Amino acid sequence: MAFGTYKEVVSARATDKAIQKVAQDGGIVSALLCYALEENIIEGAIVAGDTEDAWKPEPTIAMTPEEIIAAAGTKYTFSPNAIRLKEAVRQYGLEKIGTVGTPCQIMGLRKMQSYPFATRFVADKLALIIGIFCMENFPRDSLKTFVEGKMNSSLENVNKMDIGKGKFWITDPEKESGLALKETHGYEQAGCNICLDYVAELADVSTGSVGSPDGWSTVFTRTDNGADIFTAAVEAGVIETKPMDDVKPGLELLEKLANGKKDKGRKEIERRVNMGLPSPF
Amino acid sequence: MLDGLKNKLRKFLGLEAKPDAEDDEAKAKLKQEIKSEVEAQSKPAEEAKKAADAAAEEEAKKQAESSEQISKESSTQEVEKVADKPKIGYIHMSGCTGDGMSLTENYDILSTLLTDMVDIVYGTTLVDLWEMPEMDLALVEGSVCLQDEHSVKELMEVREKSGLVCAFGSCAMTGCFTRYARGGQLAQPKHESFVPISDLIKVDCAIPGCPASPEIIAKVVVALINGDMDYLQPMLDMAACNLACGCDLQTNVVSKALCTGCGTCVLACPTRALEMVEGRPSHNKNRCIKCGACTTHCPRTWFPAEQIKKDLGL
Repeated sequence: MAFGTYKEVVSARATDKAIQKVAQDGGIVSALLCYALEENIIEGAIVAGDTEDAWKPEPTIAMTPEEIIAAAGTKYTFSPNAIRLKEAVRQYGLEKIGTVGTPCQIMGLRKMQSYPFATRFVADKLALIIGIFCMENFPRDSLKTFVEGKMNSSLENVNKMDIGKGKFWITDPEKESGLALKETHGYEQAGCNICLDYVAELADVSTGSVGSPDGWSTVFTRTDNGADIFTAAVEAGVIETKPMDDVKPGLELLEKLANGKKDKGRKEIERRVNMGLPSPF
Repeated sequence: MLDGLKNKLRKFLGLEAKPDAEDDEAKAKLKQEIKSEVEAQSKPAEEAKKAADAAAEEEAKKQAESSEQISKESSTQEVEKVADKPKIGYIHMSGCTGDGMSLTENYDILSTLLTDMVDIVYGTTLVDLWEMPEMDLALVEGSVCLQDEHSVKELMEVREKSGLVCAFGSCAMTGCFTRYARGGQLAQPKHESFVPISDLIKVDCAIPGCPASPEIIAKVVVALINGDMDYLQPMLDMAACNLACGCDLQTNVVSKALCTGCGTCVLACPTRALEMVEGRPSHNKNRCIKCGACTTHCPRTWFPAEQIKKDLGL
């Protein structure tokens, strides 16, 4: 079970040119959140918004499609969107909230929904949780260190970051350059190394680039709610899809990476437990 | 179904299921005792109830006349059904009553709960009795004040009279904000030591939260009724916890290389004592009330994967 439980997996992209222009890959997160907002499935979304500091995202409560699209694109560092959830419910008065997160962030939200000890009337306000595929995450200073030290650029100049084809890529005004991923491994946060979830197995809908061609994303629909919203967005023409069997590199690569993360994670858990350290998994 | 419920509760309490006959006898005796005590203490209420009962009876008679006669067998079953409800006590020690208020916020299930599912046999303002009856489950809200002889005595009695003792809310579980008491207040200037109930008695189960949310209380009650041990297990595991603080996150999560900066702890904190700094929780001791919500909610302290999948239908 490399992918967790899911209903359907397809290759997809947003049809809106404005989203395609700023999206990391297929623009699925932006398109779905915008669709849900316009259809009143959600009243607002908590997303990773940009700040004055380059590549230092901050959880942002987006109330319009414009604000959602302004936050498009993957940031390879933390934006703990959960920290503004109570505020979105209580100060903003939102009854239906959408959000996006890495697998570990979604684990926190789902645990809160199953065991809502200290979150009075918050759990039921999450109307759509979109998960993004995630192999590892970096503290911002890690990004700064290898972008400056190993890639001869600076965070201020970088327009886009991406991981693909075994490399960490940055695009700055002069060039696109890649750094072998084994050069970045030492900069990952250690907490990622015991994670067994690559494809956000507990999200309503999860998405990421791996498996689909450039400009497209692989999408898993998981919960009934997630499948309903995704299907409606496709029917409304907001998102177009292709069967996974028709695209390259396809599910095989995704399966390899997902299982690779599980194998590595289990080994690391074993290693830590042998040292007497705790593990939640 | 009733036997099932009873046995499930017994199983939950770690007791063997007893033969029903002897148990019914004991129950009937106890019920009689409680009844006579209630009667002795609440004559006016009794009379009002009688009037209401008479009206209800009248109504029932009419219905019975218009439809078929109710068979004797089914009415006996009705009585048995009532007799088999788990007996729950609510004990209030030192705290703000927030957890009790949370409980009552479950308006939609509360009447069914109290009518069909449980018997509240003891509780401050709910069921005032001179003598504490035997209980299947005691929900204890609030910490215990060591200088308050009455509280200490009552807590000891709870342990004696109740099959299962649940620390209901963070004050009972960890002491929470009452930990900061310094005494010096009228009318009890020497009341200064407020400790978790597990400092004095064995606790079987803990529901943290300041207050515990209405939803978690509803979920626990439903799990208890269904004998869903898997759901309750984390709360049984937490029973012995008596010291919580935002710095637990540092000790048990960040310093154990487990944190991924997901922010769930900050979401859970009721006093904004946590913020994310460099992607890690930073703990403001001056705001922390030691409720334990952050560590309880952290997906890296314990993670209920199977429960979540069940809840999501995955």
